[in-house]
Parts: sequence; C-alpha cells; structure tokens
Amino acid sequence: MKYIMLIYETPQNLESRKDGERDPYVAAWRAYHKALIAAGAYVGGAPLKNVATATTVRLREGRRHVQDGPFAEAKEQLGGFVILDVASLDAALEWAVRCPAVASGAIEVRPVDVDYHATFVEP
Amino acid sequence: MEDARRTVEAVARASYGRLLAYLSSETRDVVGAEDALGDALLAALTSWPKDGVPRQPESWLLTAARHRLIDQARRRRVRDEHEGTLRRLAAESTATAVAGGTFPDRRAELLFVCAHPAIEPALHTPLMLQTVLGVDAARIAQAFLVPPATMGQRLVRAKQKIRQAGIPFEVPQDHELPERLDAVLEAIYAAYDLGRDDAAGIDPRAQDLADEAVWLARVVRERLPEEPEIRGLLALMLFCDARRAARRTPDGRYVPLSEQDPGSWSTSAIREAETELGAAARGGRIGRFQLEAAIQSVHAERAQTGRTDWAAIVVFYEHLVQLAPTLGARVAQAAAVAEAHGAAAGLALLDTIDRAAVATYQPFWAVRAHLLRQVGEGVDAVEAYDRAIGLTEDPAIRRFLLERRG
Repeated sequence: MKYIMLIYETPQNLESRKDGERDPYVAAWRAYHKALIAAGAYVGGAPLKNVATATTVRLREGRRHVQDGPFAEAKEQLGGFVILDVASLDAALEWAVRCPAVASGAIEVRPVDVDYHATFVEP
Repeated sequence: MEDARRTVEAVARASYGRLLAYLSSETRDVVGAEDALGDALLAALTSWPKDGVPRQPESWLLTAARHRLIDQARRRRVRDEHEGTLRRLAAESTATAVAGGTFPDRRAELLFVCAHPAIEPALHTPLMLQTVLGVDAARIAQAFLVPPATMGQRLVRAKQKIRQAGIPFEVPQDHELPERLDAVLEAIYAAYDLGRDDAAGIDPRAQDLADEAVWLARVVRERLPEEPEIRGLLALMLFCDARRAARRTPDGRYVPLSEQDPGSWSTSAIREAETELGAAARGGRIGRFQLEAAIQSVHAERAQTGRTDWAAIVVFYEHLVQLAPTLGARVAQAAAVAEAHGAAAGLALLDTIDRAAVATYQPFWAVRAHLLRQVGEGVDAVEAYDRAIGLTEDPAIRRFLLERRG
C-alpha cells in the first residue's frame, strides 16, 4: 500500500538545514533516507523550502487571489513529504516514528487513494 | 470526601484485575463484567463519601458489580443459565462480605484466556494489560503505535470473541500447558519490551509497562510455582530492570551495556533475579527465557568480577538459537561471538542471516557497523551506521550512533 508522510517540522529543525551534514538533524535525515531506500519502502519525496517562500492561490468568481504565505499557519511547518510503499499502516507508522522530525515536530500519515488515482491516470 | 475518593482509587488499583477476573470467569463475559465493575466503582465514588468506606471495600465492589450483572442479564432478557448462577453468587457474596471472607484469585485463568490460540496473537498483550491491570485503551494504543479508537475496537472484538467462542477460564491441563504457557509468557515479555524499548526511559508511562509486566509474571508464578520458564522470564526482566538507571546519563545520553558502571546497577533486583533463576534451574527443564536470563546473569557478574565471561555467553546463545532462532537472538549471538572470538567471526555469523529479514531491523545494522569498524572496513562501516541510524526511533540512541559513525 502507498502512504504519504507529511512532515511537519519545527522552525529550529528547518533552521538546522543550512548547516548541512555537520548538524546531527541533517545527518540523521540522510541516514533515514538511505534506510528507506535500502528497505524498498521509498517511492519518492522531497524537502520543501521555508514557508516564507510559499504562495497560495485561489480562483473565486473568476478572480485570482494570490496570497503570500502558506495555506495554513501553524507553529510546525510542512517541511517536506515522503511517499512510502509498505505492507500496512502499521509499517508506515513504524517508519514515521523513526523519522528525525518526529521527536520535535509531527508526521501526518495518510494512505494514497489509488482507486481514485486510477480514474484519471492514463493506463 | 477526598479520603473516600482516594480509597476507591486505591482499591480499584489493587483489586481491579482480581475483581474483573472473578466476575468474568462466571459468565465469560468480559465486556459485561467491565461495565458492571465500572458502574460499581462509580457507585462507590458517590456512596462511600456519604456513608463511609465499608469495612470490606473489595467485597462491597464485588456485590455491587454482581447486582449490575444481574440487571444487565435482565435487560437483555437472556434466560440463560448464568442468571440463576449470578443470583446465587450475589447472595453468597453478600454473605462473604458480611463474614469478611475473600474470593478466589482467577487472574491467572484470565491471562490464559487473553493468550488463548483463538485470540489474535497481536492482541494477547493489549488484552492482558486492559483486563488484568486495568490499563486504559488509549495508553495501550500509544504503546502499540495504533490510534486509540482502533485499539478500543480491536479490544472489544476480542472480548466479544471470548464469550462467543466460549473460551474457558481455566489453567490448561498438563499436556496443553507448555504451549499455552508459552503464549502467556510471550505476551508478558512483549509488554516488558514495549516499556524497555520506549526511548528507554524518556516516557515514564512506558516504564510503567515494564513494571506491569514484572507484576503479571509474579501473578502467574504465584499460580504455577513449579514452571521453570515463568521464573526464567521473571529473572530475565529483573536482570534487565536492574540496569534501568545505568542506561542513561543524567543528561539523557545513551550508555551501552559495555560502558555502564556496574556500581549503578540495582543489587536488590539482581539478587531477586538470581534467586528466581536458581529456582528455575532446579526444575530441570531448560527453556528460552531461562537461557536469556542466564546470559543476563553472566553480564550481572561483572559487578563482582569486573569482567564479562564472553565464552559462557556464547555457549548460552548457541543453545538459545537452537531453541528459539529469533532475529534478536541471532544478532546478539553474533555480537557475543565477536567479543569472544574477534570481530571477523561475528561478521561471518551475521552474514548467515537473510538480508531481506533485516531490512528494517535496527540491531543488525548497529552490530554490523560496530564490527566492520573493528576490522577496518571504514567505508562499509559508515554505510551500516547510516542504515542503523535511519532505523532508530530513540533520539538518544540516534545521537549515540551518529557520534560513533563520525
């Protein structure tokens, strides 16, 4: 089953990215990423830039509304996502608790809606 | 008022499992017994502050719960044989309450019900925690990494199955006992492991689970004192518990066993563990938990001798792996062999383990990294450290491994 992990990180976590490998948080992420791939659980994913770089767009009554900032404001920010292919929700949650961000931030785990996806993806 | 509430809580904590085991053993209806006992505890909260705490609070609760059970039966309009039984027992329990008598301890029976082969193995431990110890579903869910509502539903279904399938409240007969007892002990050990795994001591609630597991083992031992594996399990848990404080520095850093100061181990826990293991050995039937306890006993000797007899540990692991070739035992065996005969020998043993089986098994990668570093395979060691770090849940252990990796 495919699951997405939406990774909510604290401002401190996001800040530590700029130090690269020297920072234990970044080093842990590198190792985590490697372990996901080696276990055959990794489908894809990416880190996102800081929420300050986000732009949110709406179209209402034919008018474009472009807003600076994220869709929802929170202390923890959506810092990235990983798509997993694992046997069950239990296995996905096991991966979520190993994520370096989980000790200070939070991970939202959701199954990918494969049936719905199939209705609009070309075979 | 406050006193009465505290008394209700104290009685509930001390007697919940005994009361529930006894109430449900009559009808096999654990859900009904839980409801009845819950109602009785509520009734105590309102009536004890007014009327004073009864002289036999347990008997009071038992009688109140039984009246609820009879009401339940009436409401369901079930004219089964239980109603008559309950009515008789309610009368009896009122009599015993007056006479100040006690009621039989059927917690061991309830534990065998929880670990019955008809119950899904993944639910054995959660059921024990909830029914015998009164741990609430939300806390169990947390430990098992499952949403609370999901755990609640699973537990309710399992308890319904106990009644529907007619699982008997009894300690199995001789020929059945070894296998059935294994399931009980496995489930107790699983509870202990949850407590120990948990970020090893960061979450005090998880440490409680380890304590609860020790307590469950004592309940079974009381009932089956002749079974060596129960004592083996109890000894194993007590040996590990003895090192609880030594596993962390005051600032929360992880300390591996080899670097722990034996002076900080609990001598009273070690002494009790040795007594249990000695009593188990006199039973003359070796088993998995006795072997694991024996390994821990060798580690504990370091407090006296200042050294670890790795050759003895290797021998115990050889037996253990024959008896119970779990992934954990095989990885630990390789680590022990490396200590006794060198890192290369340990690595050779690790190489016999199927790689697909260890794709997400952290201890394999941690041991492999450590041994590769020792034989000078620096690049492969870093690779293995990364795998171990990526599979680690405990932030303190992650930090420890990151520092080792360099």
